[in-house]
Amino acid sequence: MASSSRFSPIFWGRWFWRQLTSMRTALFLLLLLALAAIPGSLYPQRSADPNGVRLYFDQQPEFAALLDSLQLFDVYTSIWFSAIYILLFVSLVGCVLPRTQVHLNALRAKPVETPQKLERMPAYLTAAAKGDQLDRAEQVLNSRGFRVRKLDDSVSAEKGYLKETGNLVFHYSLVLLLIAVGLGGGFSFSGQRVLVEGDTFVNNLASYDAFSPGPLFFENELQPFSMTLEDFEVVYDLRNPANLGQPVDFIANVTLDDGLTNSNSDIRVNYPLEAPGANVFLTGNGFAPVITLYDGVGNIAFSGPVVFLPQDSNMTSLGVIKAPDASPEQIGIIAFFYPTAQELESGAYASIYPDPIDPLLTMNVYLGDLGLDAGIPRNVYALDITDLDLIAGRDGPNPPIELRVGEMAELPGGAGFISFDGLKRFASLDVAYNPGGLWIMVFAFIALVAIVFSLSVRRRRVWVRQLAGKIEYAALARGDDDGLEELIVDLRKEIEGD
Amino acid sequence: MNIVLNEPLSQISLLFVSAAMGLLAVALLMFAFQLARLKDDPTESRFERYGFWVLGAGTVVLGVGVFLRGVAAQRVPWANMYEFAISGALMILTIYLISLRVKDVRYVATFVTGFSLVTLFAAVSLFYVEVKTLMPALQSYWLVIHVVVAIMATGFFAIAAGFHIFYLIKAAGVGRALMDRFPDLRQLERVAYRFNMVGFVAWSFTLIAGAIWAERAWHRYWGWDTKEVWTFIIWVVYAGYLHAMATRGWTGKRAAILGLIGFGAVIFNFTIVNLFFKGLHVYSGL
Ligand code: HEM
Repeated sequence: MASSSRFSPIFWGRWFWRQLTSMRTALFLLLLLALAAIPGSLYPQRSADPNGVRLYFDQQPEFAALLDSLQLFDVYTSIWFSAIYILLFVSLVGCVLPRTQVHLNALRAKPVETPQKLERMPAYLTAAAKGDQLDRAEQVLNSRGFRVRKLDDSVSAEKGYLKETGNLVFHYSLVLLLIAVGLGGGFSFSGQRVLVEGDTFVNNLASYDAFSPGPLFFENELQPFSMTLEDFEVVYDLRNPANLGQPVDFIANVTLDDGLTNSNSDIRVNYPLEAPGANVFLTGNGFAPVITLYDGVGNIAFSGPVVFLPQDSNMTSLGVIKAPDASPEQIGIIAFFYPTAQELESGAYASIYPDPIDPLLTMNVYLGDLGLDAGIPRNVYALDITDLDLIAGRDGPNPPIELRVGEMAELPGGAGFISFDGLKRFASLDVAYNPGGLWIMVFAFIALVAIVFSLSVRRRRVWVRQLAGKIEYAALARGDDDGLEELIVDLRKEIEGD
Repeated sequence: MNIVLNEPLSQISLLFVSAAMGLLAVALLMFAFQLARLKDDPTESRFERYGFWVLGAGTVVLGVGVFLRGVAAQRVPWANMYEFAISGALMILTIYLISLRVKDVRYVATFVTGFSLVTLFAAVSLFYVEVKTLMPALQSYWLVIHVVVAIMATGFFAIAAGFHIFYLIKAAGVGRALMDRFPDLRQLERVAYRFNMVGFVAWSFTLIAGAIWAERAWHRYWGWDTKEVWTFIIWVVYAGYLHAMATRGWTGKRAAILGLIGFGAVIFNFTIVNLFFKGLHVYSGL
């Protein structure tokens, strides 16, 4: 019967568990984890660089599909990466739980009995006895922080329990940290919103341009507040030739209304605003020219600031205006904004400085069905021109419309008028909440303190034995310890007083 | 808010850095002489003594250079690759000179001096940039804390790597006559372990501080940005090294090789990842 029980599931289960919780496996899994993390830095990741992934698919569709099937664009949430760290943490728990039991017993137990053959210990010395020194030895070891056990003819002492405590706390903290990451991510949310100067944002789901909740998010996590962007300022470096015109500070001045009080403050990069239930971060900015568009029958078809997306470091910006209510035909405009415009030889413009010193708006104007009625969601920053007629533009029948602030122009063919009434800035804001953050930090710091103890404390056993005519001193350490000899020499000196 | 940069002063700083390179080169020569002589005469120490004087002088001159760079830029001198490199070299040398007072670590003088010299050479010839104002994402006291501790960790890892290398040379039985004068294998392994331990704790702190800063600057504490990935990889490799040191059959050569892989990753993270990988941490300044 012995042979069948050797291969029973229980046998294999035990065997597997022993393998999994061995140090060798821990080492192997750690190295595997390091290795598995590498591809995530070689290929663009959906979480960090979705655009890069899209580019990959555009340029090498087949290779990209292959990579995708291996989850190489989502390495850190992939099955194989997860499998490694989950195994690692199971192994960790399996390793640390029994060690905790052993350690708790050791903490309660007295130091071990003095071994018979002390001369076999890594550090050992004998000295001629000058009377009974055991009481003195007990006293000295006590004062050095040893836990001491007095035996018939000897003293057994141990110190450095903190080393193992530190080691265990460190490993437990890592487990708790991982749990905090998981749960925190679950309850977290982040939402993006573009806000033009003067506009107000009200914190509810409908107000966000984009919103990504964790799987455990509840809508009532959103606490009521509203926030108005009063002013957006960019500070440029004007004093140093090496980076003239480089932005050195972005400052979004906002008023926050939490229903009880109004407060005014600045949001800057690195300095988010603490709003009720979330932090508000500044992630981007740009220009929002204020435009009014009159259609062919004289009605206002569009009016207000238009968010233009920056295209280069000098803030050449691209914007789209859609006027589906215009008569007799719908009007669509693709416009470029140059904060400081300079005409190139080709007749095109470029922006040569990011601050609006000589702002210019140029526009390509289209007529036709904008396709907004079909019920398909459209990107507000893009205009599909395939079915539209160009009436003014660089390759069109008439030159593009050019406007400076305060100017108005007539659209060709009596399609209407357009005016550039003023210039505002906008801020891209991120509203983010992750309840895990605090706990992650707490466990990380506990782990850090614990590992310092684990690595720096020395666990040592010392024995002093009184024999007829001589005294033996011996010491043993857990792990590598090059101070043992010195320790017993010192001890002998202190005990015997010379 | 507007900071006035001082490019002429930065040029003077560069002069000091170059002078330090000269001194380091002389010290390196002396240490090499010492090694050559030590083989036949175990009592030899003249060259070594002079070498350490020159090394000390080189470190002080480099310190002045780094300090002036900070004054020229009106901030801590570690905000682009050039500055990381000169501050890093200064850190390694300082840690080394201080360690000499605690422990006899003279044996790796050639490695430490050579490594610092190569770092400075790369800094001056490949990474040099004029002083510039900081982009807003870098304007944070976390720059001071996070980066200085990272540089410190690198310093400890680097010195440990020196011990790993001599360990492997000695264990392979190459250059017996000279290597016999080095401490025994156990001793080399033990000292490397000590340096890696401190490096690991410092690196752990770097990781945590980086996450806190990332939460402030990029509104998430961890996003697997390429630099974050490599910081994590390095941390895990050194955790593996520490485990190896506690695993029977994995100490000795294997542990030394793991330590060197870890340090290789540190260098990779600083050079290749900074220069060629895409990510949010774009501050090589090149
Ligand atoms: C997330 C994964 C892990 C990390 C980052 C990690 C990290 C560390 C570090 C830094 C040390 C050094 C402390 C010292 O030497 O005293 C250590 C020690 C130790 N680890 Fe882990 N560990 C992990 C997983 C594991 C697992 C899975 C096991 C068990 C299979 C384990 C068992 C141990 C043991 C027993 C020690 C103490 C070695 C000794 O007695 O000196 N660890 N760990």
